[in-house]
Amino acid sequence: MTMLNIARSIDARGMPCPGPLMSLIGAIREGQVGDVIEVLSSDAGSRTDIPAWLEKAGHELLEVVEEDGFTRFDVRKAR
Amino acid sequence: MGDSISLVLFSGTDDKLNAAGAAAMGRKVHVFLQYWALDAFRSDRILKDHGVAPEAGPEGAAAFQRHGGQHWSEILRQAKDIGDVEIQACSLSMDMFGLGVADLDPLVDGQEGVAAFFLHAGGPVTFI
Repeated sequence: MTMLNIARSIDARGMPCPGPLMSLIGAIREGQVGDVIEVLSSDAGSRTDIPAWLEKAGHELLEVVEEDGFTRFDVRKAR
Repeated sequence: MGDSISLVLFSGTDDKLNAAGAAAMGRKVHVFLQYWALDAFRSDRILKDHGVAPEAGPEGAAAFQRHGGQHWSEILRQAKDIGDVEIQACSLSMDMFGLGVADLDPLVDGQEGVAAFFLHAGGPVTFI
Protein backbone atom coordinates (compact mmCIF):
# COMPACT_ATOMS: atom_id res chain seq x y z
CA MET A 1 0.00 0.00 0.00
CA THR A 2 1.36 3.40 -0.93
CA MET A 3 1.30 5.99 1.81
CA LEU A 4 -1.19 8.74 1.12
CA ASN A 5 -0.59 12.27 2.22
CA ILE A 6 -3.84 12.88 4.12
CA ALA A 7 -4.78 16.57 4.12
CA ARG A 8 -7.73 16.09 6.43
CA SER A 9 -9.21 13.23 8.41
CA ILE A 10 -12.87 13.11 9.39
CA ASP A 11 -13.85 10.78 12.19
CA ALA A 12 -17.57 10.26 11.51
CA ARG A 13 -17.80 7.00 13.45
CA GLY A 14 -21.09 6.76 15.33
CA MET A 15 -22.71 9.36 13.07
CA PRO A 16 -25.90 8.06 11.43
CA CYS A 17 -26.64 8.16 7.68
CA PRO A 18 -26.24 10.53 5.82
CA GLY A 19 -23.96 12.37 8.30
CA PRO A 20 -20.60 10.96 7.16
CA LEU A 21 -21.32 11.86 3.53
CA MET A 22 -22.44 15.35 4.51
CA SER A 23 -19.22 15.85 6.49
CA LEU A 24 -17.20 14.69 3.48
CA ILE A 25 -19.04 17.10 1.16
CA GLY A 26 -18.24 19.96 3.53
CA ALA A 27 -14.56 18.99 3.67
CA ILE A 28 -14.35 18.74 -0.12
CA ARG A 29 -15.88 22.22 -0.46
CA GLU A 30 -13.32 23.69 1.91
CA GLY A 31 -10.33 21.76 0.53
CA GLN A 32 -7.91 22.41 -2.35
CA VAL A 33 -7.87 20.47 -5.60
CA GLY A 34 -5.60 17.45 -5.10
CA ASP A 35 -6.23 17.17 -1.35
CA VAL A 36 -6.69 13.67 0.00
CA ILE A 37 -9.43 13.44 2.60
CA GLU A 38 -9.95 10.43 4.82
CA VAL A 39 -13.38 9.58 6.25
CA LEU A 40 -13.97 6.99 8.97
CA SER A 41 -17.57 5.82 9.10
CA SER A 42 -19.42 3.08 10.96
CA ASP A 43 -22.63 3.77 9.04
CA ALA A 44 -23.47 1.03 6.53
CA GLY A 45 -25.12 3.60 4.24
CA SER A 46 -21.75 5.27 3.64
CA ARG A 47 -20.60 2.23 1.66
CA THR A 48 -23.14 3.09 -1.03
CA ASP A 49 -23.54 6.85 -0.48
CA ILE A 50 -19.91 7.93 -0.58
CA PRO A 51 -18.97 6.12 -3.85
CA ALA A 52 -22.25 7.23 -5.49
CA TRP A 53 -21.74 10.86 -4.58
CA LEU A 54 -18.07 10.90 -5.58
CA GLU A 55 -18.94 9.53 -8.99
CA LYS A 56 -21.65 12.11 -9.51
CA ALA A 57 -19.55 14.99 -8.21
CA GLY A 58 -16.44 13.96 -10.15
CA HIS A 59 -14.01 13.29 -7.30
CA GLU A 60 -11.76 10.30 -6.92
CA LEU A 61 -12.26 7.34 -4.58
CA LEU A 62 -8.72 6.14 -3.89
CA GLU A 63 -9.41 3.35 -1.47
CA VAL A 64 -12.08 1.74 0.67
CA VAL A 65 -10.78 -0.29 3.58
CA GLU A 66 -12.90 -2.35 5.95
CA GLU A 67 -11.46 -1.84 9.41
CA ASP A 68 -12.69 -3.35 12.68
CA GLY A 69 -16.26 -2.00 13.04
CA PHE A 70 -15.94 0.84 10.54
CA THR A 71 -14.95 1.66 6.98
CA ARG A 72 -12.20 4.01 5.88
CA PHE A 73 -12.60 5.95 2.65
CA ASP A 74 -9.69 7.83 1.06
CA VAL A 75 -10.86 10.43 -1.37
CA ARG A 76 -9.11 12.96 -3.64
CA LYS A 77 -10.67 16.30 -4.46
CA ALA A 78 -10.36 16.31 -8.24
CA ARG A 79 -11.73 19.66 -9.30
CA MET B 1 -35.43 7.48 -18.43
CA GLY B 2 -39.02 8.15 -19.50
CA ASP B 3 -40.59 4.99 -18.17
CA SER B 4 -38.48 4.66 -15.06
CA ILE B 5 -39.77 5.67 -11.66
CA SER B 6 -38.38 5.87 -8.15
CA LEU B 7 -40.54 5.24 -5.13
CA VAL B 8 -39.77 6.01 -1.52
CA LEU B 9 -42.00 3.79 0.58
CA PHE B 10 -42.34 5.38 3.98
CA SER B 11 -45.73 4.18 5.23
CA GLY B 12 -46.21 0.59 6.24
CA THR B 13 -49.96 0.17 5.95
CA ASP B 14 -51.34 -2.42 3.55
CA ASP B 15 -53.31 0.09 1.45
CA LYS B 16 -50.25 2.23 0.70
CA LEU B 17 -48.04 -0.77 0.02
CA ASN B 18 -50.71 -2.09 -2.33
CA ALA B 19 -50.61 1.17 -4.29
CA ALA B 20 -46.83 0.87 -4.58
CA GLY B 21 -47.02 -2.63 -6.01
CA ALA B 22 -49.34 -1.44 -8.74
CA ALA B 23 -47.04 1.44 -9.67
CA ALA B 24 -44.21 -1.03 -10.17
CA MET B 25 -45.96 -3.08 -12.87
CA GLY B 26 -43.87 -3.53 -15.99
CA ARG B 27 -41.42 -0.67 -15.74
CA LYS B 28 -38.03 0.01 -14.32
CA VAL B 29 -38.47 0.94 -10.70
CA HIS B 30 -36.17 1.81 -7.84
CA VAL B 31 -37.84 1.31 -4.48
CA PHE B 32 -36.39 2.63 -1.23
CA LEU B 33 -37.84 1.31 2.04
CA GLN B 34 -37.84 3.60 5.03
CA TYR B 35 -39.30 3.47 8.52
CA TRP B 36 -42.69 1.74 8.70
CA ALA B 37 -42.55 0.41 5.16
CA LEU B 38 -39.24 -1.26 5.98
CA ASP B 39 -40.76 -2.79 9.09
CA ALA B 40 -43.53 -4.31 6.95
CA PHE B 41 -40.89 -6.10 4.80
CA ARG B 42 -39.47 -8.07 7.76
CA SER B 43 -39.74 -11.71 6.77
CA ASP B 44 -41.50 -12.58 10.04
CA ARG B 45 -44.17 -9.88 9.51
CA ILE B 46 -44.67 -9.40 5.80
CA LEU B 47 -47.92 -11.40 5.67
CA LYS B 48 -49.33 -10.01 8.89
CA ASP B 49 -52.08 -7.39 8.98
CA HIS B 50 -50.44 -3.96 8.70
CA GLY B 51 -53.73 -2.05 8.86
CA VAL B 52 -54.72 0.83 6.62
CA ALA B 53 -54.02 4.58 6.72
CA PRO B 54 -55.77 6.45 9.56
CA GLU B 55 -57.99 8.39 7.13
CA ALA B 56 -59.70 5.12 6.20
CA GLY B 57 -61.67 5.10 9.45
CA PRO B 58 -63.55 1.96 10.48
CA GLU B 59 -65.71 2.02 7.35
CA GLY B 60 -62.79 2.37 4.96
CA ALA B 61 -60.83 -0.32 6.79
CA ALA B 62 -63.79 -2.70 6.49
CA ALA B 63 -64.13 -1.93 2.76
CA PHE B 64 -60.42 -2.61 2.25
CA GLN B 65 -60.71 -5.94 4.09
CA ARG B 66 -63.77 -6.99 2.08
CA HIS B 67 -62.23 -6.08 -1.21
CA GLY B 68 -59.45 -8.58 -0.66
CA GLY B 69 -57.35 -9.16 -3.77
CA GLN B 70 -53.72 -10.11 -4.00
CA HIS B 71 -51.35 -9.30 -1.20
CA TRP B 72 -48.99 -6.42 -2.05
CA SER B 73 -45.95 -8.65 -1.54
CA GLU B 74 -47.30 -10.97 -4.26
CA ILE B 75 -47.85 -8.02 -6.63
CA LEU B 76 -44.28 -6.88 -6.02
CA ARG B 77 -42.95 -10.40 -6.58
CA GLN B 78 -44.73 -10.50 -9.93
CA ALA B 79 -43.46 -7.04 -10.79
CA LYS B 80 -39.91 -8.23 -10.08
CA ASP B 81 -40.41 -11.28 -12.29
CA ILE B 82 -41.60 -9.31 -15.28
CA GLY B 83 -39.65 -6.11 -14.96
CA ASP B 84 -36.63 -4.42 -13.58
CA VAL B 85 -37.58 -3.69 -9.97
CA GLU B 86 -34.88 -3.03 -7.43
CA ILE B 87 -35.80 -2.79 -3.77
CA GLN B 88 -33.29 -1.29 -1.35
CA ALA B 89 -33.63 -0.83 2.39
CA CYS B 90 -32.68 2.48 4.00
CA SER B 91 -29.57 1.87 6.10
CA LEU B 92 -30.65 4.41 8.73
CA SER B 93 -33.99 2.67 9.27
CA MET B 94 -32.17 -0.68 9.37
CA ASP B 95 -29.97 0.67 12.17
CA MET B 96 -32.97 2.10 13.95
CA PHE B 97 -34.76 -1.27 14.00
CA GLY B 98 -31.54 -3.24 14.55
CA LEU B 99 -32.11 -5.25 11.37
CA GLY B 100 -29.80 -6.98 8.91
CA VAL B 101 -30.66 -7.85 5.30
CA ALA B 102 -31.16 -11.48 6.44
CA ASP B 103 -34.14 -10.33 8.57
CA LEU B 104 -35.95 -9.04 5.49
CA ASP B 105 -38.06 -10.76 2.87
CA PRO B 106 -36.03 -11.86 -0.20
CA LEU B 107 -37.93 -9.21 -2.20
CA VAL B 108 -35.41 -6.78 -0.74
CA ASP B 109 -32.20 -6.70 -2.81
CA GLY B 110 -29.96 -4.98 -0.29
CA GLN B 111 -29.47 -1.84 1.74
CA GLU B 112 -28.14 1.56 0.80
CA GLY B 113 -27.86 5.06 2.15
CA VAL B 114 -30.43 7.69 1.33
CA ALA B 115 -27.94 9.70 -0.73
CA ALA B 116 -27.11 6.70 -2.94
CA PHE B 117 -30.79 6.15 -3.55
CA PHE B 118 -31.42 9.73 -4.66
CA LEU B 119 -28.27 9.78 -6.79
CA HIS B 120 -29.27 6.57 -8.58
CA ALA B 121 -32.94 7.50 -8.84
CA GLY B 122 -34.13 7.59 -12.41
CA GLY B 123 -36.95 9.97 -13.23
CA PRO B 124 -39.22 11.53 -10.66
CA VAL B 125 -39.28 10.34 -7.07
CA THR B 126 -42.67 9.50 -5.59
CA PHE B 127 -43.08 9.41 -1.85
CA ILE B 128 -45.73 7.05 -0.50
